[in-house]
Amino acid sequence: MRPGDQLPVQTFRITRADLVRYAGAALDFNPIHWSDRVATKVGLPGVIAHGMLTMALVGRAVCAWAGRSDAIIDYSVRFTRPVVVPDDDTGTEIAVTAVVKSVEDGTARLDLTATCGDEKILAQARATVRH
Amino acid sequence: MPLDQSFLGRTYPPTPPYEVGREKIREFATAIGSTDEAYHDVDAARALGHPDLVAPPTFPMVFTWAAGNVLIYDPELGLDFSRVVHGEQRYSYTRPVYAGDRLVCVVMVEDIMSRAGNDFLTTRTEVKTDAGELVFTAWSRLVARGVE
Repeated sequence: MRPGDQLPVQTFRITRADLVRYAGAALDFNPIHWSDRVATKVGLPGVIAHGMLTMALVGRAVCAWAGRSDAIIDYSVRFTRPVVVPDDDTGTEIAVTAVVKSVEDGTARLDLTATCGDEKILAQARATVRH
Repeated sequence: MPLDQSFLGRTYPPTPPYEVGREKIREFATAIGSTDEAYHDVDAARALGHPDLVAPPTFPMVFTWAAGNVLIYDPELGLDFSRVVHGEQRYSYTRPVYAGDRLVCVVMVEDIMSRAGNDFLTTRTEVKTDAGELVFTAWSRLVARGVE
């Protein structure tokens, strides 16, 4: 990684089944992640992905770019738009890219961008990694 | 209803240790679609220089969320949980979390504010081994959206 590098796009598909699996593994049973009835009642367009699932998938992209599973030293995101996951077989897809901001002493600072369709779903998303 | 500002700076007692299990790491890694061998294969993790399986970076939400419950469900705080969304999250690691770690959380209320009818609550959670080694610090910002 060198400063200014644009890292290759990685995409991740999210289906309702993924939300159920994540809810169980992460012990996050908030019904807005599995019930359209509850999600629409609180003003959401429908069932949305857990923000922490999005953060986990973006984290996978970061580890893949850095080439190691223990790459992340510091990692922060702001969740700006919900990722709506339709109740069908294809679900939705998020795309993740990054720009290398700086490199020093074996670490790199990345500015991350995550989108769903045309919309950015994270802001101020940054990671410091070993690489 | 605005949040009770007197909670600002409050620190909660350390939680009982959470024991990080290999199968929980594998289950979590599978749920986020990762086949990374350091999350699944103990021998592979050791060959990479780790003492045991490595946990993915966002794995700690499995136990830090529960550590914060004592705060966010305290009726005195005044947080309407039905209107809460996760606003921001940060992790700062001293080292990765490993299977076999026994981790103790200390939750602190770092910021409380209201803006445009919404309430914002930021917690800082320091996570150490039961021997006192700092493993990571996590910050979570929750947003309770105002009733329109």
